Amino acid sequence: MARAVTPRRKALVTVLAWTIGLALFFPILWTVILSFKTEGDAIASPLTVLTTPFTLESYHVVQDRSNYFLHFWNSVVISLGSTLFALVVAIPAAWAMAFVPGPKTKDLLMWMLSTKMMPAVGVLVPIYLLFRDLGLLDSRIGLVVVLMLMNLPIVVWMLYTYFREIPGEILEAARMDGATLKDELIHVLTPMAVPGIASTLLLNVILAWNEAFWTLQLTTSKAAPLTTFIAGYSSPEGLFYAKLSAASTLAIAPILILGWFSQKQLVRGLTFGAVK
Amino acid sequence: MGEIVLKGVTKRFGDVEVIPPIDLAIHDGEFVVFVGPSGCGKSTLLRLIAGLEDVSGGKIEIDGKDATETAPSDRGLAMVFQSYALYPHMSVKKNIAFPLKMAKLPPAEIEAKVQAAAKVLNLSAYLDRKPGQLSGGQRQRVAIGRAIVRSPEAFLFDEPLSNLDAALRVNMRLEISELHHTLKTTMIYVTHDQVEAMTMADKIVVLQAGRIEQVGSPLELYRTPRNRFVAGFIGSPKMNFIEGAEAAKHGAHAIGIRPEHIRISTTEGMWKGTVGVSEHLGSDTFLHVTTEHGLLNVRAGGEVDLHHGDSVFLSPDMAQLHRFDKEGGALK
Amino acid sequence: MSTQASRTAARLMISPAVILLLGWMIVPLAMTLWFSMQRYNLLMPGMGGFTGFDNYSYFLTDPAFFDAIKNTLVLVLGVLAITTVGGLLLALLLDQPFWGQGIVRVLVIAPFFVMPTVSALVWKNMFMNPVNGVFAHLAKSIGLQPYDFLAQSPLASIVLIVAWQWLPFATLILLTALQSLDSEQLEAAEMDGAGPISRFFYVMLPHLARAITVVILIQTIFLLSTFAEILVTTNGGPGTASTTLTYLVYVQSLLQFDVGSGAAGGIVAVVLANIVAIFLMRMIGKNLEN
Ligand SMILES: Nc1ncnc2c1ncn2[C@@H]1O[C@H](COP(=O)(O)OP(=O)(O)O)[C@@H](O)[C@H]1O
Ligand SMILES: [Mg+2]
Repeated sequence: MARAVTPRRKALVTVLAWTIGLALFFPILWTVILSFKTEGDAIASPLTVLTTPFTLESYHVVQDRSNYFLHFWNSVVISLGSTLFALVVAIPAAWAMAFVPGPKTKDLLMWMLSTKMMPAVGVLVPIYLLFRDLGLLDSRIGLVVVLMLMNLPIVVWMLYTYFREIPGEILEAARMDGATLKDELIHVLTPMAVPGIASTLLLNVILAWNEAFWTLQLTTSKAAPLTTFIAGYSSPEGLFYAKLSAASTLAIAPILILGWFSQKQLVRGLTFGAVK
Repeated sequence: MGEIVLKGVTKRFGDVEVIPPIDLAIHDGEFVVFVGPSGCGKSTLLRLIAGLEDVSGGKIEIDGKDATETAPSDRGLAMVFQSYALYPHMSVKKNIAFPLKMAKLPPAEIEAKVQAAAKVLNLSAYLDRKPGQLSGGQRQRVAIGRAIVRSPEAFLFDEPLSNLDAALRVNMRLEISELHHTLKTTMIYVTHDQVEAMTMADKIVVLQAGRIEQVGSPLELYRTPRNRFVAGFIGSPKMNFIEGAEAAKHGAHAIGIRPEHIRISTTEGMWKGTVGVSEHLGSDTFLHVTTEHGLLNVRAGGEVDLHHGDSVFLSPDMAQLHRFDKEGGALK
Repeated sequence: MSTQASRTAARLMISPAVILLLGWMIVPLAMTLWFSMQRYNLLMPGMGGFTGFDNYSYFLTDPAFFDAIKNTLVLVLGVLAITTVGGLLLALLLDQPFWGQGIVRVLVIAPFFVMPTVSALVWKNMFMNPVNGVFAHLAKSIGLQPYDFLAQSPLASIVLIVAWQWLPFATLILLTALQSLDSEQLEAAEMDGAGPISRFFYVMLPHLARAITVVILIQTIFLLSTFAEILVTTNGGPGTASTTLTYLVYVQSLLQFDVGSGAAGGIVAVVLANIVAIFLMRMIGKNLEN
């Protein structure tokens, strides 16, 4: 890429790329803008909306009505909990597949991925009934378990691809140095794989945060994460754009901020470790 | 103590027998070099000794005790890997301290041993750096440091110098030899480079396709190679081989003569030839001479005045002639 | 790198993951299979009993079933087509040098972070609403009749919403893959006289094959279970115009409380997904080998 690009071409690409970028981002931007308007202003035509004053009114209404912080906290516990739990199970498994591969390793990995293909509806009925009978409906622990199982194959897969980049000789050196398997995993492998583990963690937290099948089916109120909280705004009720926008902004802001701050790891993670 | 005895050790990967049954005794304090062409099973043999691979048959004894089933960390051996295998997330100090930490030594003792090792290896100034910030030679020293702090029964080196440039390789070769003289610990050193083998070893083990071709001191191998493979592998430049009628004259299927054992003259000699490419190294000159018996490599003095196309005569030093039978075995 | 001890350790280390996933697959699936052969309606307790394949014939002959299959295919293939083609074009664009690359990349990725319930609600109300939506305002401002997206083309509208969410993913993967293309390869092709079009088809596209495979595999996994977008926009309607297989099973089991027939639908979904999975795994297995 050492060749000079003509300024005209660069300008053209710049205009085109920015136009598309802004267009794709516009729904989010628009939601944020509407969240700071009154209900009356929010339904005006787009150009008029921009001239109206800002207000925090809708945020107050949303918090009073549905206790945002409870749901925010539920989302944090569920997404982080399920991911950490999955990592604890997946790190040893990925270690085994990456460093002690056998003739069946590839098949095992493919099988794990294929469980991810099982449609959730296929097990909706029994899981729902099981949860009902075990009193796990609308409980955080229940969702942590289900989402952990949902994401486990992806976590194993991603860790496996990252671990494979680590030379096996280093782990052998640790073994020669007297490290037990536990030492090898905790003092050598995990610290070396920190970037990969961080990417895996981030991506799966986001997937769990945005998961909207099981969270909607299995929670109603006290354990409801933000996905369920926002679904409460799905039936139209008079003028509600500003409230809906405020609630939406509150639901996506944490992940957007997290995503932007950790862009590098996330971009790595987003490719599921499968593309370099 | 660091006596290692292999008794009928074999290794198969699936159906492929990489190491046919091997018997070998390595004495305490010896510097043993496994040498052979790439892919001949040197690393595999070393890893069997280390315990990083299971033997498919046979027994490994360390200091008289059967260690065949012993875990790598309990064999009392330290290994330096070709890629150094340093822990990239730990400082030099932590790298060297790692085996001691695993052995649960008290921190004060660890500190003392690390400092001592760093001093021996000229690493004291770099203790807080990460491996990524070191040169190849320094990384190599850290890897050695990590091995020596444990005061192992024996050191295992797997082509430790192959990632270094030529000049550094010569230096490190000397440092490792020096280390051996200081520590007097058994060292097993794997290389495909016969120069390293000749310069460092007390005892050389020449391997081909997993088989031991010959075991002996560097000069033994040089003087009395047991077969054509060893004769050709040890010594640089390689021994010249001549087959056919000329060999039959000496009652052999093939005869071998090293470049340094051929006299060259412009007036008289046994074989007539024409000079081809000549390599002037200053101290020596290597001449490629085309004769009726094929291309022969000849070492001459540093200042010979011979050029491409000149006619010359070659005479082998009969006392240094090696004779081989049809199977490649040396004839007495 | 393997001794008997390390292989034993490996088996031990891998077993929790395997056992958990096996349990997660087998226990509920066996239960679904069992329920699917029972008469089991949550509204009519005590009416249970074995019915054999009645639930299946009921589910499979329901006209809604064929609509659901068709809609699922349209949804998955539609979104895949939009995101791979769009993602490829966008990746080619973003791979060019221009001012503000970092910011534009952030803008493009953003939709991926938006949870499905939010994006569906935002599109439904603030954009596609025929009275107050942005599109309606735009249409009116140029003198056109506003279009009621979700009522008149419900499935296409949902495809659009889902494609918006997944376009960033496809773009990002393809962009990453493009950037890993050795520029010397392109230069060599140029020296060999290949124009931009041939360079794209003969050098870039083969290089992207693996990335495209990944895009298709991962998106298919997620798209087959699209649920929230339908729930909060159309509820599968009007009629069954936007009911997918996933949504149909949900309606049967949890809205109509017919557990038996819902379970039968679940098994049908699993069987169909497995057919897709086998097909995809074949393709992936080949492409991911190296
Ligand atoms: N894990 C393994 N599985 C199968 N074959 C192997 C394995 N490790 C080594 N080999 C084979 O064993 C032979 C010897 O390898 P190696 O010991 O690494 O040779 P060297 O170190 O002498 O170059 C080679 O042919 C290699 O392909
Ligand atoms: Mg080797």
